[in-house]
This record gives sequence, structure tokens and C-alpha cells, in this order.
Amino acid sequence: MADEGMTPWKDLALGCAMTEPGSSKSFNTGDWRSRHRPVTDRETCIKCGLCWIMCPDMAYTADPDAEGYYLWDSYYCKGCGICIEECPKDAISWQEEKEEDKYGPACGT
Amino acid sequence: MARRVGLEVSLACAEAVKLCNADVIAAYPITPQTHIVEHLSELVADGHLDAEFVPVESEHSAMSACVGSAAAGARTFTSSSAQGLALMHEMLFIASGLRLPIVMAVANRSLSAPISIWNDHSDIMAERDIGWVQTFAETGQEVLDLMLHAFKVAEDPRVCLPVAVNLDGFILTHVIEPMEMPDQAEADAYLPPFVPSQSLDPAAPVSMGMVGMPEVYTEAKKAALVALEDSYPVIKEHWEGFAEQFGRSYKPIETYRTEDADTLFVTMGSLGETCMTAVDEMRQDGKSVGQVRIRLWRPFPDEDFMAAIAGAKNLIFIDRALSPGVAAGPVATEMRALLYTKGKNMFTANFVCGLGGRDVTRTDFAGMLAKVEAAAAAGNEITCEMVGVKE
Amino acid sequence: MKTATEALKDFQKITPKKIPAVEPFSKGHRACQGCGEVLALRLVAKAVGMDMIAVSATGCMEIISSPYPQTAWEVPWIHVAFENAAAVASGIEAGRKALIRKGRIKDDGAKVVAFAGDGATADIGLQALSGALERGHDFTYVCLDNEAYMNTGIQRSSSTPYGAMTTTSPPGEKSKGQMTWKKNMPMIAAAHNIPYVATASPAWHVDLMNKVKKAVTIPGPAYIHIYSPCPTGWRCGPEVSIETARQVVKSRIFPLFEVIDGRFVLTRDIKKPIPVSEYFATQRRFSHLDENDIAYIQKRVDDDWDRLLSLCQVTADEPPVEEPPTGE
Repeated sequence: MADEGMTPWKDLALGCAMTEPGSSKSFNTGDWRSRHRPVTDRETCIKCGLCWIMCPDMAYTADPDAEGYYLWDSYYCKGCGICIEECPKDAISWQEEKEEDKYGPACGT
Repeated sequence: MARRVGLEVSLACAEAVKLCNADVIAAYPITPQTHIVEHLSELVADGHLDAEFVPVESEHSAMSACVGSAAAGARTFTSSSAQGLALMHEMLFIASGLRLPIVMAVANRSLSAPISIWNDHSDIMAERDIGWVQTFAETGQEVLDLMLHAFKVAEDPRVCLPVAVNLDGFILTHVIEPMEMPDQAEADAYLPPFVPSQSLDPAAPVSMGMVGMPEVYTEAKKAALVALEDSYPVIKEHWEGFAEQFGRSYKPIETYRTEDADTLFVTMGSLGETCMTAVDEMRQDGKSVGQVRIRLWRPFPDEDFMAAIAGAKNLIFIDRALSPGVAAGPVATEMRALLYTKGKNMFTANFVCGLGGRDVTRTDFAGMLAKVEAAAAAGNEITCEMVGVKE
Repeated sequence: MKTATEALKDFQKITPKKIPAVEPFSKGHRACQGCGEVLALRLVAKAVGMDMIAVSATGCMEIISSPYPQTAWEVPWIHVAFENAAAVASGIEAGRKALIRKGRIKDDGAKVVAFAGDGATADIGLQALSGALERGHDFTYVCLDNEAYMNTGIQRSSSTPYGAMTTTSPPGEKSKGQMTWKKNMPMIAAAHNIPYVATASPAWHVDLMNKVKKAVTIPGPAYIHIYSPCPTGWRCGPEVSIETARQVVKSRIFPLFEVIDGRFVLTRDIKKPIPVSEYFATQRRFSHLDENDIAYIQKRVDDDWDRLLSLCQVTADEPPVEEPPTGE
């Protein structure tokens, strides 16, 4: 096994604990999307925030932008489509996405 | 000032836990452990011990609650025996893997089937690899003293491991013995309040019990292994500190009349005292015998053991448990492996005795010696023999 | 028993416009696409807040949140084993209680919350749960019910619904899939006479969060049973996860109710239920069922609903159970 990214045993915290809370935020689950991403039509969106609260992956930021829209985060969205299904105004729809466009920095951390 | 008292050993064990100011006791009743936890629940009910007594619904939950309590930063105690210890089995590895300083008194008892409430070491011998510090007591005084020592070792930031103190069921738990009972100030001077190295504290969140992927599992186990090995000097240090303060000294391996002895009995637990008396009698009969007692079973003190047996020609390993399908009992199997790795070629015999409460008398030890003398003369090893089996 | 009623006198409800912004459970977790269970977990965490001490049983939510070195937990968290989340939680509660009383830690008001799946609750962990509820520890137990052992590969549990296909309840010549009726965990919890029991669905997220907030506000044990859709195990699209959690309530299969101090209260009346077949339609785990099977299920669902309504009526008029005498 290549030992890249492995932790020497002496550096482990007591009992292999993790002392940095929420360290999963560095994990790019957006990588799991396949071929499409959800896109919000700002004309139709009523800024209700259901996309934010119904997202299992917290791929919409908690703080709306200056205009009140909840921002979608490419870094975490796994592409499940719940936001599209649950949007009361059908303002969110799939858009084709190329593999190379999937990757970007997290916007909400 | 310490008092001279006569006390049932189980009660002394509970009184020691009180002297240690345990915060949480989570326990489930099983014979012969019951008097320990009954007395603790009385101490809590009467307000003599300020602790939470959690009367759980199983031993599995007892150790689970202990894990939770110790992870919350509380000084935590439990006690069990036999089937109860076996039911805890899964949790015992987790307690040490998470590095939680739980202290447990194991009132040693045989494992079913057939069901037997009486004493042997089959319960703890099935738990040799749990990663706990394990000590054995021979008398009530030792139980009391080893309890204080157990918390001191477990909670030492250099250790952070659970400790099991073994005391023989009935033979120790249910007898009244004279002993020195330290007072609270003396106990406090030896054992300061528990300051956890890490705990479940909202002010400093930590995740305990992570998934160990193949990239880290080996390293996590290595860390726990080294922690147990490295507890050895701390265990000794705290016995030395105990001797300084209380005047009673303990060693990882203890010896009795080993000087110039050709043959040594190797014992653990309460059988040690019977064996000592037998050694005295055999010495009077001109036999060149002595005794080695294993006080610290985990981490096993290899060098102390080798030093203790250095002058002997023959070793007699007394096992109080079976290791079915292997040539000998658990103690003999391990000790022979140790002798081999140390390049020590000597005559060894293994006797399994005292199973399920069967008495082991001074005469039995004399009988074992006679067999060993005959076998050694003939150049035959006694790989393993069960003593006193009715044919 | 008036514990819950009294504790909820000044209860401040979470409203759709005042949803807590905190995320004690963090992004970057590894739950499957469209996981309804992790959404339920996220909503519970938001309702409890950052002063939570979380315990997880082994299972999906444990493994997706804690592959070393990445933890999704922003709050103190411990995983010990499969069957003992309630016992671990009781130990934490007892430990903290003793330490607070002895002045060794400050009373920070932290809430101990145990999370477990349906197998960890209704099967292997039922004994530990029953013990912890009976002993009266101040903690909240959340069962995230995805109706089978999903983490090990979709094996049936006692919480799997009648007729459902799983890898150990496969339909065949001599089987219709799961052959037993779903174990009624909320009723088992309620039978312990604890102050608060509730069922919830992530499709009604505000209702879910309020129930959680009540559970952690009330002293003593509380039990919340949350229906948690699993697209992977139920063979449905990830996008319909929440819609499934809505349909199960609308069909009266999974009624939303509370048991407050022993009184049953329906929290969402379903006047015009959808047929159970409509709920089944999107999930391939039910695709083998024929008309007779569905008629049987419909009848039993209707009967269970009627029984729940009766319980609501009967318990509404009951005087509260007397409190035991207090004092030294």
C-alpha cells in the first residue's frame, strides 16, 4: 500500500479520535455527480429556502446572497435531485455538466 | 489514620472504590460479584459515596455505560464475573481501543457449560487479548490495595487504559479477612481527582470511535499496543509510590523461597497462599521448591519473570483454565513460548486444577511435585495434566 | 405524570422562517445520493443545536460521518457499537450528572442524543434501549428508520414493512418478501411510560424539528422515531426520497403523532388518504406485490389508523398518572 496520506501511529490522537470538528468539509462529495447539475432559474425562484433545508448534503449555503438567493455549491452537491423535486415553484432544473466543470472550490465553508 | 478492620473482601473492594471517589458505577448482578455492587449501591443510597449507580439491564450495557461515563470524563467502576464478563467481551476491546480508564473488579468464576458459579480463571483467560492492564490479587488486603492502584494507573495520562483487578470468586469475594483500611485523606493523597486527557465536552468537540479504514487501522492498533506495553513502568512506579505511602509493596512478579530452589510453582490469584504453605511443608521435607506468583498478567512482565526463574531447573505452571485444542493451559502455553524466545531450555510441567470450584489443597501441590520429580528423572515433560479427574 | 406538559409550558416553536442556521452535522459526509436518513439526522442536529453530545450506533450514519480522519460532527460525538447507543448515552448522562453535582464540570445544559437505525433499535439494541428508557436517564433517542439493514446490504429487520423485498426477504415461489408486520417501535417506547414519544418525517421538516426540540427540552427520556427513506435500499430514485416520506404519511402507513405524558395526539390528521398502492408505486421493493397483497396491507393500515385514533380519544380524557411521593 502506498503510504501517501497515511498518519504515523505516534501522531494519532488518543484512541484514534478526531480532534478537529467537522473535518469532513474538506471532502469533495460534488465529485459524485454524474453528467448533470441542478440550476436555479432566478426569475421563478421565490427564495423560500426549501432547497437549502431539504438538501441532505448541505449543498445550498445557509446564508442567502445579497439578493436573497440560496447559492448552490458544486463542491458538495451529489446530484440527487431532491431540490428539483421539492422546489414549490419548479424553479430548479437539471443542466448537463461536463466532467471537467464539476470541480471547483467549496463556496460555503 | 488507617484502621485495622475485619471485612468481607467484596465489601473491602467496594470500600476501596468509595475511597477512590468513583463518580459512576454501572453494574449488573452476577454471582460471585454481587456483594461488591450491592455494597456500592448501599454506599450511594446512604449518601456515603457521591456517585451515580446505574443499575443496567445487562453486563453488555454495564460496560457500554462505563464507556460513555468514562468518555464523559467521570471516574468509572464496574464489576463482573464469568458469563457477565463474556457478555461484555465486545465492549472490552472498545474500552481499551478508545483509551478509557475504566476500572473493573473481576470476581473470577468458571464459564458455562455446565453452569457453575464457582471459582476458576476461565473467564479472564478468555479475555487475555482485550488490551487492558490486568492484575491478580491473593488476599483481601491486596484487593483493596490493587483497586487504588488500578485507578492510579488507568488515569495516568501516560497510560489512559482500563484496568481489571482479578479476585477469585468465593475464595476471596466471600471471606472475611483482617486488613488495613486507609482513611480518606490517605487515599486522596495517593489518588488525585481524575483529569481526563480528552472527554465529550461541547467546549472542545472530539469525535471518538471513528471508522478505521485500512489506511489507519494498523496504526491505531499499534498505538494501543504500545500504550499497554508502555504502561509497565508506570504500573511499577505507582506500586513503588504505594509502598512508600502505605508500607505494602507489590511487584509484577513476586517470589517465595525461590533462593536455591530447583523447582518453582508458578501460580496466579488466591491459590498462591495455599501454595506458599505447601512450599513451607515441602521445604521441611527437604524438597528444593519455591514459588513464583504472577501479579501483573497484562502487560506481561517478561524480564521480571525470567529473573525470578533464573536459578531454577524445573517449572510447574498451574493453570486454572483450559485452552481446548492447544497442548496446555493458557498460562503454560504463554510461558513456554516466552522461555523459548529467551533461549531458556528447561523442564516444564503444566497442571490444570481448581476448575469450577474444585478445591486445591497443600497435598495436591506435594502430589504435583512428586510427579514432576519422577518425570524429570525420566526425562519426560508433563505437557499438561488435569489434576484430580475422576476416571 | 406531567413532566412533559410542564416542561413545554413556554415552548418556543421553530417556525419555517426561524429555522436554526447551525449545522452541528457538517457537509462532506458520505451518505448516498438522496439519503433521507442523513437529511433527518441533519434536521435533528439543527433542532438540538451546538450543545449536543451525540452517540451513534454502528450503521449507515456512523460510517458515512466518521471515516478517519474526516468527521462530519461539529459537536462531541462517540460511536461504540451496534446494540448499545442507549446504554452509552446513559453512561454519558450519568457521568455528567455526577461531575456537575460534584462541581467538576459546569452545567452547560448539553443534551445527550443517541442516534440509531431501525436494526440497532428494534432488533439488536432493543434491550439496551428498554433499559435506558426504564431507568429514566435524561436523554433523547432518535431512531432513523430506513426499514432494513442498509449498511450491510439491505437485509430485513423487524422494522421492514410487510411485503418488502430485501436481500434476506426475497420474494419467491414460497414467499412474498417480508412475511411479518412491521414492529411498532413507537408503541414499545410509549409502553415505558416516558414523558415524550413522537414520530416524524423529514417531509415535514418543521414538525420534525419541533418534536426534537420538545424531546430535548423535556427532562427524562424521550424517543423519536423518524421515517428515513433509503433510495439505495428501496430501489427508488434519489430525487423522490422526500416525496416518499410525504406519501407514507398521506397514506396513513406512517402516522405522525406524539405521546405526551402518556396522551396520544395526532399531529397530522389525514382526512383523505392516498391508497397504499400509490405509495408503493415508486419503490421497486414492493413491485412484486399483487392485488390481494395490497388489499391485505390496505386493510391493516386502515385498522391500525383507527386504533391510533381510538388511543388519542381514550387517553385525552384520562387523568394524569400520579407522581410518586418526593422527599428524603
